[in-house]
Amino acid sequence: MNKIIDRSIDLGPYWPQEDDDLIICRCEEVTKGEIRKAVHEGMVTLTEIRRYLRTGMGLCQGQTCAKLVKNIVARELKIAPNELESAVSRAPARPVEMRVLANEVITGGENHE
Amino acid sequence: MNNNSDVLIIGGGVIGCATAYYLAKQGVNVTVLEKKQIGEGGSSRNGGGVRQSGRDPRELPLAMAGIKNLWPTLSEELGMDVEYYKKGNLRLAKTAGHIKILEGLTERAVAKGLDVKMIDAQEVKAICPYLSDEVIGASWCDTDGHANPMLTTLAYYKNARRLGVRFITGENVVEIKKIRGKARQVITEQNIYEAEQIILAAGYESRAIANTVGIDIPMNRVLLEALATEPQGKMFEQMLGTAEADFYGHQSTHGSFVFGGSSGFDAYTSNFDTPINNSQTAACICRGIIGYFPILADAKIVRTWAGWIDECADHVPVISFVEEVPGLILACAFTGHGFGISPMVGTLLAEMIVDGKPSLDLYELRYDRFKTKL
Repeated sequence: MNKIIDRSIDLGPYWPQEDDDLIICRCEEVTKGEIRKAVHEGMVTLTEIRRYLRTGMGLCQGQTCAKLVKNIVARELKIAPNELESAVSRAPARPVEMRVLANEVITGGENHE
Repeated sequence: MNNNSDVLIIGGGVIGCATAYYLAKQGVNVTVLEKKQIGEGGSSRNGGGVRQSGRDPRELPLAMAGIKNLWPTLSEELGMDVEYYKKGNLRLAKTAGHIKILEGLTERAVAKGLDVKMIDAQEVKAICPYLSDEVIGASWCDTDGHANPMLTTLAYYKNARRLGVRFITGENVVEIKKIRGKARQVITEQNIYEAEQIILAAGYESRAIANTVGIDIPMNRVLLEALATEPQGKMFEQMLGTAEADFYGHQSTHGSFVFGGSSGFDAYTSNFDTPINNSQTAACICRGIIGYFPILADAKIVRTWAGWIDECADHVPVISFVEEVPGLILACAFTGHGFGISPMVGTLLAEMIVDGKPSLDLYELRYDRFKTKL
């Protein structure tokens, strides 16, 4: 991400591929073709792809698709996958009910025994 | 490629992208320099409010003009659904003290010509039946609403790029350089860019950059956090807030609820290299939400995130020419409420470049308005 990227560089035309209908992000039902198209529309980091298409924003938070998305984006940009910085992971690691997350007992000093 | 353009915008957030779009639409040659990626700051990490109520009278005219003229047709304009809802804003109260806060806000907004009013518990329930019975009233502005900040930012970016704006990311701006008394060059760690006009819209980072030409805008970096639930059935379309800012947010098109808030310790727990979540904050926001929406207690939180705002000393933005530095325009210090006014701000900045002045009076948002307290 700290590499200088001129976003005006022409990637050439977007050509459909046979397996563009393949669902890559299962939680949000995003296809390979949508991801490839997003790259041609200027989304060149995994975070931008996520914000644009919701890949990795569903229940599994990208644990299924993150690597696949990275490979597709890298191939479209004609770079190696490890040149792309992964999108940030945030708490909670798995979905948690609001009542559980909120369940912190707040006590004052007088409750200490 | 040569590094000259008519206009250089520093900052690829929603303000920078919107301004680039409106300038390019008028045929202006624009380059945008961004340190990280598009919408890295508050632009893609905010509650999505597109509201007028609860705003400072100095920025209210911008909010009103944008909601009247720009937001309703923005999705068509940008050829992409930015998920804009104009279904009103409820600012909720549980106590007499809350009501008093809201009455003050309402009175000041009405004096500025905004259609906002106080409503009682029954009227609140009629608008949003899912709220706790503890809610005793609210302020209600039915022309307020919300939109998707990530999509709006990227829609402006995508369209600006389509119109020929050159976006360069990974460029860390270190200095603006005057040549013959006029802001002319932007020096990054590795390159030099030149333009007739420079717009500085880099959030908190604008402070250090403006310092290089002797201008200081009093602002701090403040961390806020947000969280999203798994998708729920469609419940309501209003934007929500509370008198004490326990939380704010809305249900998105996708079905997730997106809520923002803070722990109260945020100024002391922030990591200043990366916006990192604090384990206390999401729990605190959840308690706030359940207090108003007991029905959401079983909704699962799938993700939390943190972001910074550029909090200005007097909590309104600086949108201004700089007299000592001709050729420089400042657009920073939005203090966490820049998203809702971003289309209008982009329009006004484009007018400042093309027509030499904005169509709305921005005198009260000048860069030199700051005075000591005595």
